[in-house]
Amino acid sequence: MSEELVKIQNLKTSFRIKDDYYAAVDDVTLSVNKNEVLAIVGESGSGKSALAFSVMGLHNRAKIEGDIYFKDQNIPKLSPAKLNQMRGDDMAMIFQDPLTALNPLMTIGDQISETLFLHNKNLSKEKRRERVIDLLNQVGIPRPEYIYDQYPHELSGGMRQRVIIAIAIANKPELLIADEPTTALDVTIQAQILDLIRELKEDMDAGVILITHDLGVVAEMADRVAVMYAGQIVEIADVHSLFENPLHPYTRSLLNSVPNADEVQDKLHVIQGIVPSLQYLPRKGCRFASRIPWIDESAHEENPEMHEVRPGHFVRCTCHSQFYFPEENKEEHSDGIS
Amino acid sequence: MAFLDVKDLKVHFPIKGGILQRTVGHVKAVDGVSLSIEEGKTYGLVGESGSGKTTTGRAIIGLNKVTSGEITFEGKDLSVSQKQSKEVRRDIQMIFQDPYSSLNPKKRVIDIVAEPIRNYEKLSKLEVKKRVQELMEQVGLSPESILKYPHEFSGGQRQRIGVARALALKPKLIIADEPVSALDVSVQAQVLNFMKDIQKDLGLTYLFISHDLGIIKHMCDDIGIMYKGRYVEEGTRDEIFNNPQHIYTKRLVAAIPDIDPKKRKAHQQFRQEVKEEYDKSYNDYFDHDGLAYKLQNISGTHKVALPQKG
Repeated sequence: MSEELVKIQNLKTSFRIKDDYYAAVDDVTLSVNKNEVLAIVGESGSGKSALAFSVMGLHNRAKIEGDIYFKDQNIPKLSPAKLNQMRGDDMAMIFQDPLTALNPLMTIGDQISETLFLHNKNLSKEKRRERVIDLLNQVGIPRPEYIYDQYPHELSGGMRQRVIIAIAIANKPELLIADEPTTALDVTIQAQILDLIRELKEDMDAGVILITHDLGVVAEMADRVAVMYAGQIVEIADVHSLFENPLHPYTRSLLNSVPNADEVQDKLHVIQGIVPSLQYLPRKGCRFASRIPWIDESAHEENPEMHEVRPGHFVRCTCHSQFYFPEENKEEHSDGIS
Repeated sequence: MAFLDVKDLKVHFPIKGGILQRTVGHVKAVDGVSLSIEEGKTYGLVGESGSGKTTTGRAIIGLNKVTSGEITFEGKDLSVSQKQSKEVRRDIQMIFQDPYSSLNPKKRVIDIVAEPIRNYEKLSKLEVKKRVQELMEQVGLSPESILKYPHEFSGGQRQRIGVARALALKPKLIIADEPVSALDVSVQAQVLNFMKDIQKDLGLTYLFISHDLGIIKHMCDDIGIMYKGRYVEEGTRDEIFNNPQHIYTKRLVAAIPDIDPKKRKAHQQFRQEVKEEYDKSYNDYFDHDGLAYKLQNISGTHKVALPQKG
């Protein structure tokens, strides 16, 4: 058993809409080990980014309940000063859009150097420059001495994302959170960036939380996978177990809705209905029930819990045992706007 | 004669410089592209960002000025002035990438969908309303929702409104520029299925522009691969995916993530091999400016950009 790095327990992150709080992350319990990539998969609105932001302590308006243990600290209980000290040092984040995450008015070298300076004030200017060049080399940027003095707009998207990664790994964090790190990039660049993240993980023995909606990326990168739907984890398993034997209806529907690279099928599976918005989310019963109406109500649990079906493979609710795909994917008028 | 024929299309944008803003050079966004699409088929245009695939699509529909080359649609020349080709152009419509920014947020659905109808046809208010309701029905939205605003719809529904607008004039050719890139996978599936359905029902022809090879494979009959404004390879779906000849195509195909985690190691190794081959043989496939050579036929349908022998 590998060493546990982060332990999230009963995390509930709620946002205020008008006068009430609504949970975007609802009772999530999971852990990340050292030298492991944990992928969190889900569609927009499933709460995967809200979860990542909670771990980084980046929410300033949300109400956070539950615990996130990392390096003997409980993140939601930490002061902003302490969090600032940990962020960029012990844990770091790679953001989706490499253009907006960089400061357009600072040179590449200065931006990376800043991260080093903020967490180690004793480092001399020359030493920092050396280290920055090292980092640029490490993330595979050619001619680092030249790139050092360039501005973000002078670099391509793939290069910018490498700079973001260089900043993230500057202080050798133990936990790396990558929020859709390749969504804005072309496929060939995507493959390179994923390789890079994988290498860095092994070099630094770091834990990586990879947030993505791309199941292909998950299959290539993850050691374990957590599938999120409407704020909850509905299935969590080792990557092989999940792809070979997906259980939860949502996981199975997702896998079925991606065009298959090996065979060309005529129709893709469509999940009926829409993701309920935060305010109108049913908080009782199986949250996926409304999207698989052909499954008998009795198949669902009243208060769906996580069941360990195989060692390390957990699935929420009992409805998976009776789930099947309908023969034809009948499409109805789908604008049920509330 | 093919349905849509593009011959040696060039779209060059001037680079202005100096205090007099004189033209100091050109960006050759599209540099000698030829393609032809058969009626009722889906033609996929693939490339990375900056490869010129969108510019090609926009030039065909007349949103970018053509520098040189011929575009013929059903035998009629489209590269003449906008005015002369107006009647032909109603047969070609476009679906845009981002359903969040391609619909005017201040307009109601009826006004968005009716705009092309009002531009081309003189119909009474009631007739327009009826047409829009029919179109909404066709794209699977309820006819009652025509008085709503775009923000009241989900992403997939918005993209359907974009499709309804494109269908308003009963076009024959639809240029779809990354129509599902901004959507979640399950919504993506919905829009792709739906595009296939209406293609069958209405006998549409698609020019499908995308960077996602998985989707291209799912949708397209014939495929063209672009790199820096030029074609590197063209062929049927089978030829491109199972027998890619150009090193750039091979690299693109190898970069598609494999959905089976068991094949992870093998796939990574394969990708590494292709990358090494790419680095090694780069000069054999691209000229000294890093551009692709002219296309050569290697079979009836399969063309690859290779240097001329001898």
